[in-house]
Amino acid sequence: MRPAPTGTALSFHRIGKTFPDGTQALHDVSLTVGDGEFVAVVGPSGSGKSTLLRIASGLTEPSAGSVAVGSELPGYVFQDPTLLPWRTVEANVGLLAELDGVPKEERRRLVADAILLAGLTGFERHRPRALSGGMRMRVSLARALTVRPSLFLFDEPFGALDEITRERLGNELLRLYLREQFAGLFVTHSVVEAVRLARRVTVLSARPGRVLAEIEVPFDYPRGGGLQFDTAFGRVARSVSDALRESFT
Amino acid sequence: MTAVDGSSPVEIAPPVKPSPRALPRLARVGSMVLPPFAVFVAVIGVWYLVTYAFLAPRRRFLLPPPHQVVTDGFLDRTIRDEILSALGGTAKVALVGLGVAAALGVAFAILMNWARWVERSFYPWAVVLQTIPILAIVPLIGFWLGYGFWSRTVVCILIAIFPITTNTLFGLQSVDSSHHDLFTLRHARRWRRLVRLELPSALPAVFAGLRISAGLSVIGAIVGDFFFRQGDPGIGRLIDDYTHSLDSGPLFATVIIASLFGLVVFWFFGLLATLITGPWHETGQRPPP
Ligand SMILES: Nc1ncnc2c1ncn2[C@@H]1O[C@H](COP(=O)(O)OP(=O)(O)O)[C@@H](O)[C@H]1O
Ligand SMILES: [Mg+2]
Repeated sequence: MRPAPTGTALSFHRIGKTFPDGTQALHDVSLTVGDGEFVAVVGPSGSGKSTLLRIASGLTEPSAGSVAVGSELPGYVFQDPTLLPWRTVEANVGLLAELDGVPKEERRRLVADAILLAGLTGFERHRPRALSGGMRMRVSLARALTVRPSLFLFDEPFGALDEITRERLGNELLRLYLREQFAGLFVTHSVVEAVRLARRVTVLSARPGRVLAEIEVPFDYPRGGGLQFDTAFGRVARSVSDALRESFT
Repeated sequence: MTAVDGSSPVEIAPPVKPSPRALPRLARVGSMVLPPFAVFVAVIGVWYLVTYAFLAPRRRFLLPPPHQVVTDGFLDRTIRDEILSALGGTAKVALVGLGVAAALGVAFAILMNWARWVERSFYPWAVVLQTIPILAIVPLIGFWLGYGFWSRTVVCILIAIFPITTNTLFGLQSVDSSHHDLFTLRHARRWRRLVRLELPSALPAVFAGLRISAGLSVIGAIVGDFFFRQGDPGIGRLIDDYTHSLDSGPLFATVIIASLFGLVVFWFFGLLATLITGPWHETGQRPPP
């Protein structure tokens, strides 16, 4: 992994990944996320979306190609909230800062900010098992916010939530994005979610994942609540959906 | 009723049946206490039956009636002091043995978890140690280390160390891989990973092992004492002495006291697990009966 050129938060160059057991997950994937840009990746399940994020974060080595990142340690929000069940909300949110060795006073401030931003006020002393799925995801988001990353990786963070919660958290994520101006790579299997959130949508094929299309989303931020019901939105979503359908033929 | 009330740790366990909240508290406690109490009454009944209906009077010493166990064993001052002081010695061996076994077992499991070669080289031998009939090497331990406190403790450790080691290792190795990823992303070193992730994750398994080891340490202390007939007598030697002198009342009293001690130790660790892991771990909520 090497540093990305200025103006680029993350770039994949001709990435391929074949696992030791012979599974080919990605093939020749190139993709760039500019500073402060929000990009979504959609693809059928098994198309290597998670693998792509793992490669971006250094958790997995690519077997071909190279990846460059702007910030040394990206924020990473997993599909599961991955909270530590013995820690309270507050202590879970503070975990990453703790691992980074941030001094206690500063950590307390970071945690308080993140809890406020993620809408967790009043739940500081709760344990994960007392929270709903949506609240757990908020904790996971807040935890990632504490390290102030300039690049965020999201791996279907709202995939397990009901539609109402999902849309609400999506809107809040956009609010955070506008406020913090981080670059984001958001993996999802929902076309609507991808188009609602991102500036650009990359469509991956079924396994092994290849880039089928990159589709610009021409709506300015902040985006209104009912955007997905506009005709213009429908047109963009349709072109993403058409590209996805191609992946199965 | 007092005998059952005395075993109050039962009340701490939430009822196992579904919809416990629906029952009023009194009924809930009753539904937990009454069944074992009924069994207790039945056992006492059968005991009396065997003593008086099946044993000829001159053979009645084989199974003295329960009230005689109480009068000869618990109410006789000399006997009671003898039993309690033996219990004190045995308890000391068991607790020190358990403490050392727990410390060594957990440390050993951590090393095996850190380095696969440690696990690969030592785990098979730990299994072998487990299969050696421990009674066969107890005399050997006395032969090498003498017959005092420490050789008894060593017997205790040998018997108790296996479950705590294997359970801890299992717990350390069962940590979620996504949790590991989370730590890897922040470049967490092995010590931080151990203290902040692996040990807390393993805690419920550690307690499960500790509870089994605690029971075994009591057995180990009694076995060691039984073989090393020197120094102040412990429970093992007392049982042996009463058997030889056909003092069946004190003998039964000693056996009952030793069993109660084992039970208390077992319950104690169940309670400890509930207190420590209960707030977040589901099965920590409910110590097994
Ligand atoms: N460690 C691994 N070893 C072998 N195969 C793997 C491994 N991780 C993922 N795969 C396989 O690679 C493919 C892509 O996985 P993944 O990136 O999780 O897809 P997605 O997130 O798009 O559903 C799948 O077929 C999956 O089974
Ligand atoms: Mg995935």
